[in-house]
Amino acid sequence: MSNSGILRSSLAKKYVMALSGLFLCLFLLGHLVGNLQLFIPGEEGQQAFNEYAHFMTTFPLVKLLSYLTYAAVLFHVVDGIALTLQNRKARPTGYVKEKGSANASWSSRNMGILGTIILVFLVSHMQNFWYMMHFGPIDFDSDGLKDLHAVVMRFFGPENGLAGLAVAGYVLAQFALGFHLIHGFQSAFQSLGLRHSKYSPLIERAGLLFGIVVPALFASIPVYLFYIQL
Amino acid sequence: MNLTLKVWRQNGPEAKGHMDTHALEGVSPDMSFLEMMDMLNDQIIRAGGEPIAFDHDCREGICGMCSMFINGEAHGPGRGVTTCQLHMRSFKDGDTIAIEPWRAKAFPVIKDLTVDRSAFDRIIQAGGYISVNTSGKTMDANAIPIPKQDADEAFSSATCIGCGACVASCKNASAMLFVSAKVSQFALLPQGQPERETRVQRMVDQMDKEGFGNCTNTGACAVECPKGIDLSNIARMNRDFMSASVKSKK
Repeated sequence: MSNSGILRSSLAKKYVMALSGLFLCLFLLGHLVGNLQLFIPGEEGQQAFNEYAHFMTTFPLVKLLSYLTYAAVLFHVVDGIALTLQNRKARPTGYVKEKGSANASWSSRNMGILGTIILVFLVSHMQNFWYMMHFGPIDFDSDGLKDLHAVVMRFFGPENGLAGLAVAGYVLAQFALGFHLIHGFQSAFQSLGLRHSKYSPLIERAGLLFGIVVPALFASIPVYLFYIQL
Repeated sequence: MNLTLKVWRQNGPEAKGHMDTHALEGVSPDMSFLEMMDMLNDQIIRAGGEPIAFDHDCREGICGMCSMFINGEAHGPGRGVTTCQLHMRSFKDGDTIAIEPWRAKAFPVIKDLTVDRSAFDRIIQAGGYISVNTSGKTMDANAIPIPKQDADEAFSSATCIGCGACVASCKNASAMLFVSAKVSQFALLPQGQPERETRVQRMVDQMDKEGFGNCTNTGACAVECPKGIDLSNIARMNRDFMSASVKSKK
């Protein structure tokens, strides 16, 4: 029936955005749980974190999940850019006076900018930790595992002259993530048509909670690591 | 009231437009916004100028013709009102008011504040109807039992007057609220079921072809809608389109 086919339709692009976004929310939860081990003090913490990092980079099922995550990021970014370009084209001449704050939340109007901040953070984050873990140079701990714990401690400690800046950048990116999630989480459900007078208020509250708690916990880690090494 | 009005003037579809400034004195706060525009045009004509072209018809909020983007908002600062239902008491003496046409690629400017909204008509023509037997044996609609809640919801969707404020307000110039209201008014009723799937596919296809933007769920459309059409319509269309696309043979 459909002339243009589902994959090229504007709605399908939104389905892709929603599904990849929700998948990435699950990823965030998993990543956060792992990272929280950095709060465990001393050698015990180092061991736990390195074992976790080893598991995450070697266990086949997790590897499969990681490829899915890369794909989700790619789809989310490419689709997001395509949607943004199309949306710009839909209004070639802008308003002289436009009062966006009168009818829509700030985060909903700035998803592209927030997403770009997150993407820039992601590239630097992967270079600092993911790349080090996979390609080094990296030392080994007493159990013979790659010592990612030491890499993290060094990055946010006095050995790194720019540690303060790194912490600030990390926290800023988490703010962007928070606002992105506050709109994105509930927006994903709407795009998939999952709206109901009974459940939607719950989804909205869950999204708000997710968008505040997850980034706050992520941000607390570098702040803590920086502080204890002062 | 004395006002400073900044109005978009554009001679034709291809012409370059600009904001013109006019001073208007002695405006009554009881005037509707369109009466104020009439007063301004009267002043312009008396001074030998070309009056401002703007769309209007019923002037009681049911036809959907009036279409001004006033001080950064579709139909101005009021909620649940069209431009004709907006009164000058919503402004203060000495205010500067910016008046622009709806802006969207799919709504090209014809002249000044008038835009071509026939894209909406083409979307309706693509599927926004039900095919009924008119041979004289048409079933009495009242003979079909419909739950009150469904009837009310369908009626709410059907109150859309197609003014285009949703497109004008959306930062992406998306027509999702309009199209979803027109899809929903039938999707909620038994008479709409036979064509439910083809309807949503055809209307979404046409919407995309017209060059409207994509919905990013900012919700601006529903806030500015003079008829209070809500976002549950868009969710319903998202749902219907997905199921229709998965099930369709092509």
